[in-house]
Amino acid sequence: MGNKNNKVFDPEFVKQEMIKKYPAKVARKRAKGIVVNKIEGEDKVVPEIQANVRTIPGIITQRGCCYAGCKGVVLGPTRDILNLTHGPIGCGFYSWLTRRNQTKPETETSENYMPYCFSTDMQDEDIVFGGEKKLKQAIREAMEIFKPKAIGIFSTCPVGLIGDDVHAVARDMREEFPGTNIFGFSCEGYKGVTQSAGHHIANNELYKHIIGENDTPLDAKFKVNMLGEYNIGGDAFEIERMFNESGLTLNSSFSGNSSYDQFARAHTADLDVVMCHRSINYMAEMLEAKFGIPWFKVNFIGAKDSAKSMRKIAKYFDDKELTAKIEAFIEKEMAEVEKVRLDVIKRTEGKTAALFVGGSRAHHYQELFKELGMKTISSGYEFGHRDDYEGRKVLDTIKVDADSRNIEELTIEKDEARYKARKSEAELDALKSDKDFEMNDYVGLMPDSEEGSLIIDDISHYETEKLLEICKPDIFCAGIKEKYVVQKWGVPLKQLHSYDYGGPYAGFKGAINFYKEIDRMLSSKVWADIKAPWEQSPELVAKYAFNN
Amino acid sequence: MNKVMDNKNNTDKYIVTRNACKLCSPLGASIVLRGIENSMPILHGSQGCATYIRRYLISHFNEPIDIASSNFTESEVVFGGSSNLNQSLDNVTKQYEPDIIGVATTCLSETIGDDVPRFLREYKKEREGRKIPEIFTVSTPSYKGSHMEGFHQTLKAVVDAIPGDEIKTDSVNLFPGFISTADLRHLKEIFEDFGVNPIMLPDYSETLDGTSWETYNKISPGGTPVSEIKKMGGARESIEFGKTLSEVESAGKNLEKKFGVKCSSLGLPIGIRETDTLMDLMEKLSGKSMPEKYVKERERLIDAMSDGHKYVMGIKAVVYGEEDFVAGIASMLLEIGVVPSLCASGGKSGFLEEKIRSMAEGYTDEEIIVKDGVDFMDISEIAKEINPDMIVGNSKGYTLSRTINKPLVRVGFPIHDRIGGQRILHIGYRGAQQLFDMVTNTVIQYRQDSSPVGYTYM
Repeated sequence: MGNKNNKVFDPEFVKQEMIKKYPAKVARKRAKGIVVNKIEGEDKVVPEIQANVRTIPGIITQRGCCYAGCKGVVLGPTRDILNLTHGPIGCGFYSWLTRRNQTKPETETSENYMPYCFSTDMQDEDIVFGGEKKLKQAIREAMEIFKPKAIGIFSTCPVGLIGDDVHAVARDMREEFPGTNIFGFSCEGYKGVTQSAGHHIANNELYKHIIGENDTPLDAKFKVNMLGEYNIGGDAFEIERMFNESGLTLNSSFSGNSSYDQFARAHTADLDVVMCHRSINYMAEMLEAKFGIPWFKVNFIGAKDSAKSMRKIAKYFDDKELTAKIEAFIEKEMAEVEKVRLDVIKRTEGKTAALFVGGSRAHHYQELFKELGMKTISSGYEFGHRDDYEGRKVLDTIKVDADSRNIEELTIEKDEARYKARKSEAELDALKSDKDFEMNDYVGLMPDSEEGSLIIDDISHYETEKLLEICKPDIFCAGIKEKYVVQKWGVPLKQLHSYDYGGPYAGFKGAINFYKEIDRMLSSKVWADIKAPWEQSPELVAKYAFNN
Repeated sequence: MNKVMDNKNNTDKYIVTRNACKLCSPLGASIVLRGIENSMPILHGSQGCATYIRRYLISHFNEPIDIASSNFTESEVVFGGSSNLNQSLDNVTKQYEPDIIGVATTCLSETIGDDVPRFLREYKKEREGRKIPEIFTVSTPSYKGSHMEGFHQTLKAVVDAIPGDEIKTDSVNLFPGFISTADLRHLKEIFEDFGVNPIMLPDYSETLDGTSWETYNKISPGGTPVSEIKKMGGARESIEFGKTLSEVESAGKNLEKKFGVKCSSLGLPIGIRETDTLMDLMEKLSGKSMPEKYVKERERLIDAMSDGHKYVMGIKAVVYGEEDFVAGIASMLLEIGVVPSLCASGGKSGFLEEKIRSMAEGYTDEEIIVKDGVDFMDISEIAKEINPDMIVGNSKGYTLSRTINKPLVRVGFPIHDRIGGQRILHIGYRGAQQLFDMVTNTVIQYRQDSSPVGYTYM
């Protein structure tokens, strides 16, 4: 296996190998998205990477579409908004109860539409004559069957083109059914360059249609909104447990294990914490601008980072009793974690990983590997932007291109009646002065990644194969589309979109699960039966005589 | 006489599709293209289509499945997708060096009216004299039909674009329909044992259920070679599977019209009767009697059925999936005494009911409800009235199985909550044997689990 070989590799050489087969123009473009990581100075300045630009046609990408980001990712985990796909059948079918969207309804009879996939199943005649009538009828039927408290309408590619106005339909239907909040999403698949556009659109519509609907705050002392956590494999359940056991109250989740009511009261929280910066930073900023809720970045992937994030929350609230409770909780949990970690690390130390996933996980999961003594030699996002790689410090220097410009940017004004400063200016300044605190900030993937590791945005199928061929990581983390490609090379792949039906991996219990899972995968003897190509032709390895 | 009726109950009143029992047409196109040797599909439209379809197919087949896209963004929607298509053809050619590229359209490119045949003509003209792969296109918007229409349209487009009839051969064209990789392998075995050389299209038996590899392949090895497809016009005969397919224009009939290659339409060879029909035809084609191996398999199956019939006789099943597949499974179930009380499909060829009726004739007097163009909520509502003993179909029936607490026998596509869904054998006597064992054991296990005693002996 890979670990028997010399693992030192020249990243610049790998990069050249990846792009040399491309036509010259394509190679030039791809070269900008493949960067050798270099971290300089106290401000942790990293090289510029090209991100959030169109995938070159014919270069097989793992990226999804705007609809997938909106309907599947952000609204997918919410149980009591009935999601209606307006379009032909494929889109609805493929986004039907995927990503292991888990939820726990309040009671057995509480609304939960997650197991359902509603679609207008557009036909030829709808494309020709327009689909608004059918959409209205579908909403009436949904009302007849379920009488949901809310219905979201999700547009697929043809909808905008044939002139269907889902927002007008939603307006009409709200009048017809005054008790139900009905709203539309213009998330046609071709919008933007990845699912990231869909996240933004989802944030906007949630903000416009639900946030602020319920002004009655929870009767609790430390009310926290968890932003950008999607409850894959039950991650949200573990984070909820951590909150509950350490005296915090989860006010609202965007959107793992979430509900309509949580969104409606989101503006009453004392604090917003952000997990996946990419998909939800818009919401954090809007809630701060309009209602005065401060936000900072947290990471509940990895035991150390979980502890650090809990301590940040304690520091923010600055309450003796809470701090003591959180510290006691961390101590108890870490004892369990360490027991498992010290056993597993004996078998994992020195091994290598590659991580290509999402817009935050390729960063967050490096922490878990560090805890196992493993090095992440290459990583990258599918739909991240430059700020997710280089940090928010580069926000001002990002050029807004046509693809991003056509995603609505809401202008947020302070809600004079409901705006409430949670902290004084001086208190906020003090928190901001601690860079490590990431108050209103995200440092990005690159400053936290290994020096010299290869950072690849929107890695293509072809580049993945080159990376495997040359760098032979001991484990590869990505999604199901890559899984069987990677495993043909004799390298185990851990799915980090769906967790391969495992998890939770967040928080303390999650860390234990992950250690054990990686141990199982790396220690399995099945890989011994697959001869990797470099074991068959050693000259492959020899040719790449590396220097460190 | 059996009563087969199209039950007009309240399931017909909904326009909204609630949990679909069908997938979209570019998915069908992609499967066919993965069954041609060294081929690459390009979906002409948003990248989401390729991504979703890859993810879905991979979750069933557990194999690398590369599908390219012409990656539309808003500007292509406005200005048309020809430049993106050209780029994707160039890039796919350069990276993958395929023998053939199939360009399947999507909702988006169809709605904006991209003239893909013209784009391809121009693309080829510009590259005259240079070596480029074979390229063809098929129209597969998701708003027309289901994945099965996409599958068959693509086959038609392939045989329309590729074969000539210069070379007359002894080969027999075989259009097996959408069956499992194990089914495809078994078909090849049957043909080989009869000494008949098939040109089977598509053949994803290796590409979508491969081995571990000695060296990495950019395109999974296996599939029908383009050189073989070229010979299809000169073949002796064509066989195509699909009860409902027999009624519509198909790849086989296209070859018949164009090159005079006689086309026989058979049902999917699931169960004894349909396998017998295939074997009869094989005997005629080969001039040989059925090899001993299959005689034995048939006899062993009948022996097993006589041993096990008492466990399954008279029990009621809900069957769903693609129409031809449902017809095949229903036929097999009837043979073993199971009543397919509800036969349902999201497809809507209009022929399902007639096909089921003909298979049920003389096999049961119990009521059979046939529903096409339905979704899983329709199926669930009828199922709750029928109170079946088991459910037979793909993974999407699991919710129903859980709701009514009746076992699900997983067959067909997609199976993404079990290992090995892609290599379930359905066809031939051997497939019937495996299905019989699976169905019977499911019944036995259910009774065993719900017995207060917990017998350990049958």
